[in-house]
Amino acid sequence: MEESKYAIELVDIDKRFGPVYANNKVCLKVETGSVHGIIGENGAGKSTLMSILYGFYKADSGNIKVFGNKLQFNDSHQAIKSGIGMVHQHFMLVDNFTVIENVILGSEGGSLLHEGLKSARDELTRLGKEYGLKVDLDATIESLSVGSQQRVEILKALYKGAKILILDEPTGVLTPQETQDLFRIFTALKKEGVTIILITHKLHEIISITDNVSVMRGGKMVAHRQTSKTNREDLAELMVGRKVLLQVSKDEKIRGEVLLKVSNLSVRDSNNIDRLNDISFEIHAGEIVGIAGVSGNGQSTLLKVLSGITPVSSGTIEILGHKMDADNLIYPDQLRELGLAHVPEDRQRMGLIGNFTASETSIIGYHNDKRINDKLILNNSKVRENCKNLMSDFDVRPGNPDLRSDNFSGGNQQKLIVAREFERDPKILLIGQPTRGVDIGAIEFIHKRIIALRDSGRAVLLVSVELEEIMSISDRIVVLCDGQVSGRIDSKDADEKTLGMMMANVFSKEDNLEALSG
Amino acid sequence: MNDFFLTIILTLDATIRVSTPLILASMAGLFSERSGVVDIGLEGKMLASAFIAASAATVFGSPWIGLLAGILASCSLSMLHGFATITHRGDQIVSGVAINIFAAGMSIILGLAWFQQGGLTPTLTSDQRFLSLSLPGVDLFNNIPVIGTIYRELFSGHNLIVYLAFLIVPFIWWVVYRTRFGLQLRAVGENPKAVDTAGLSVNMLRYKALLVGGLLCGIAGAYLSIAHNAQFTRDMTAGQGFIALAALIFGKWKPYTVLSACLLFGFLDALAVRLQGVVIPGFGEIPVQLIEATPYLLTVILLAGFIGRAIPPKSVGQPYIKER
Repeated sequence: MEESKYAIELVDIDKRFGPVYANNKVCLKVETGSVHGIIGENGAGKSTLMSILYGFYKADSGNIKVFGNKLQFNDSHQAIKSGIGMVHQHFMLVDNFTVIENVILGSEGGSLLHEGLKSARDELTRLGKEYGLKVDLDATIESLSVGSQQRVEILKALYKGAKILILDEPTGVLTPQETQDLFRIFTALKKEGVTIILITHKLHEIISITDNVSVMRGGKMVAHRQTSKTNREDLAELMVGRKVLLQVSKDEKIRGEVLLKVSNLSVRDSNNIDRLNDISFEIHAGEIVGIAGVSGNGQSTLLKVLSGITPVSSGTIEILGHKMDADNLIYPDQLRELGLAHVPEDRQRMGLIGNFTASETSIIGYHNDKRINDKLILNNSKVRENCKNLMSDFDVRPGNPDLRSDNFSGGNQQKLIVAREFERDPKILLIGQPTRGVDIGAIEFIHKRIIALRDSGRAVLLVSVELEEIMSISDRIVVLCDGQVSGRIDSKDADEKTLGMMMANVFSKEDNLEALSG
Repeated sequence: MNDFFLTIILTLDATIRVSTPLILASMAGLFSERSGVVDIGLEGKMLASAFIAASAATVFGSPWIGLLAGILASCSLSMLHGFATITHRGDQIVSGVAINIFAAGMSIILGLAWFQQGGLTPTLTSDQRFLSLSLPGVDLFNNIPVIGTIYRELFSGHNLIVYLAFLIVPFIWWVVYRTRFGLQLRAVGENPKAVDTAGLSVNMLRYKALLVGGLLCGIAGAYLSIAHNAQFTRDMTAGQGFIALAALIFGKWKPYTVLSACLLFGFLDALAVRLQGVVIPGFGEIPVQLIEATPYLLTVILLAGFIGRAIPPKSVGQPYIKER
C-alpha cells in the first residue's frame, strides 16, 4: 500500500529550547526498507529530532512526511498510528508486568483484557517466529536479561503495526553476541520491508549495518552519505568537525611493583546475595587493568568496595601496603590520603553535586586539603583560582568556575571530575565508565590523560562497558560475569569475540587457561 | 460457654461494622496510589463527605440524596488534589494534608453556621438514614443452633453500605486485574513513561483513578454519618482515613490482602471496645490504648521489613514530567 520511495521526509525542522536551537533547519530523507544511521555527538540534536518524529515534542516549524503523507503530530498516539515505532535507550517497560501485558498496553483491543490477550498471544508468536524475536511471553520483565527486554520493545513496536522502527543507542547495554543477534533481527526486518533508523555514536555499527548515514553536529544536519562510500575516519571528522585520532597510541611499558592486590574478595549485599564472589587480581605500577563485562555483573560493586564505600564481606584488599578486609575498613577519605583516586561510574550521582558551582565540585572529597583551607574556613579565592587552572589544564568549557555543575555538558562535567581526581597525582586510579555519554573529542582527551598517568608509573583500574575502550587502553583485561572472574586476557590477544564469550561465561575454567596460554 | 460464643459473634459483628469504612476508604486509596498519586487526604475526604451527607440528608430528608451529596463533596476534593498534584505537579503529601485540615475546619464552621448545634448536625430520623436490613430466612434458620445465631447476628442486620463494601472488593479485583482500565492503572503507577510512549495520557488516567477514589471515599464518609451513626459529630472520622492508609500498605496495594488488613484492624478496634474496663486478675486492667495502637505498630513493623516486604507502586509520589 505504501509505494512511496521515502518512508520519512523531514523538511526544515526547527526546534528551540529557550534561546538554544536543538534542531536547526534539519532535513532528512529515509528510504523505505533501508537501514538508516544517524550519528552525532551528545547534544547534536539526534534525540530531539527523533522525539519530534515520535510525537513527544512538537517542532516549532518544518514539515514531516511519513510514506508521502504530510502529518502533524501532537502526541505519540498519532505517530504510532502512522506506523512509527520507537525503541528508547532506556526501555519503556513496566518491570512487574509480563511481556504480553507490556506489549498490549495502549492497544488492548477492548475494555476487557481477555480477548486482547488471546489475540496478542497468537500475533506475538507469529512475529517471534518470523523475525527470530524469541522471548517468553509470560515472564515478567524484571526476570529478563537486558537483551530480551530490548526484544520486547521491538515486539511491542511491531505489534502496534510499526513499519518504521527507530532505535536510540540500542547496543549500549548489550554483549557483543546480543548485538549480533540484534543485527540479525534487523536483517530479517529489512527483508520484510521494515524501515530502520539507528541512532548511535558507535562508528563501527554504522559501517557494518546501515545502508545510508546522516551526520548531525550542533543541531544541524551536516552530511548524508551512502555507507558504502564512506569510512570511519571520514564520519568521525564530520561528527566532531576536525580530525580525530580513533586509536589511542601507547608504548609498551615495563610494569613495576604491585600497588593494588585483591585476594579472594567477596561482597554480599543486604539481601545476602553475592555481588562479588572470590575475586583475585593485582595491578602493578605503570599498568592499566580493564574490567570488562555486561553492566550489572559486579563492576559497580568492585569500584565501590575498592574505594571504601562498600565494606568487604570476605577476602582482602591490599592498597599500597595497607590491608583492608571485613574487619578493617579504610574509609574513602583515608584512602584518598593514601593516594587512591576514584572517578565514579555515575558522575551525576556520585561524582558531583548538580547545584554546586564548578569550583565547589572541584574540591568534593578534598575539601580538607590544607592548601585550600585557612585555619577555620575554606579559602574560596584559592579554590576558585585552583579550579580555573584545572579547567584550562583539562580543557573544561566554558572555563567559568562560578557556573553551576549542572550547566556543563556531560563531557565537560566528566573532564572536571577527572581533573579533580588527577590533580593530586594519585598512585592508584579507579575510573568507571570514563567516557559514558561523552563526545568523541573529550573521549580522546580523557584516554590520553589516563595513559599519561600510567606512563608516569601509576596503577589504573578501568571499568567500562565499551569493549573498544577496554581493548585500546588497558594492558590486561579481567572479565566479570555474575560477580565472578570469567576470563583474563592480555589486551594484545583480545578481540571482541573472545571477550564477548568470556562476558557470557561460555568458557569453562580449563578452556580459559588454554585461551590464556594459546 | 454459650455466653462466650455470643460474645465472639458480637465482636465479629462489630468488626464488620467498624471495617466497612476502612474497606471503602482503603479501596479508594488503592485506586489513587496504584495510579501513582499518594492519597493522604482520605481522612479529610471522608470527613467532608460525612458532614455533607448528614447535612443533605437532614435538609432533603433522604439518605440517598445525602449519599450523593457526600460523594460529590469527596469527589470535588479528589479533583482538587488532582489539580494540585497532577496538573500542577505539586507535592502530593502537602496537598493531602491541606485537604485534611480544610475538611476538619470547614465541616465545623459550616456546621455552626447552618445548624447552630455546636458543629453537630441534627440527629437524623430513621427515614433520613440507611437502616439495618434483615436478610431473608433469618426466621427460618433461627431454630438451628449455632448456624442460626451466626446468620442472625453476623450476616443479617447490617445496612446497605456494609454489604456494598464487602461485595465491591471482588469487583475491584476484577477491574484492576482483568480490564483495560486496570492494566493501564497498574502501569501508570509503575512506569508512567511506558504509558506515555504507548500513546496514552498519564494525566487523564490519574484523574480517572482519583475520581473513582473520590467516589469510594465519599461512600465511606456517608456511611459514618448517615448509616453507622445518625448525625455528624466533630472529627468523627477520628483517624480512620489514616488506618485505611495503613491497611492499604499492610495489604500491599492488593484488593484481597487489603480487605484482610481492614478486617484485622477492624477486629482490633472492636476488641478494644469490648475489653474496655475488663480486669484480668493478677494483671489489672487491659491497656486498651495498646490494642488501638496495634494497626500503626503493625504497619511500622511491616514497613521496616519484618513481615515480608511492602513494595509500593514504583512511581507513587512522583509527579510526571515529560522530558527529553
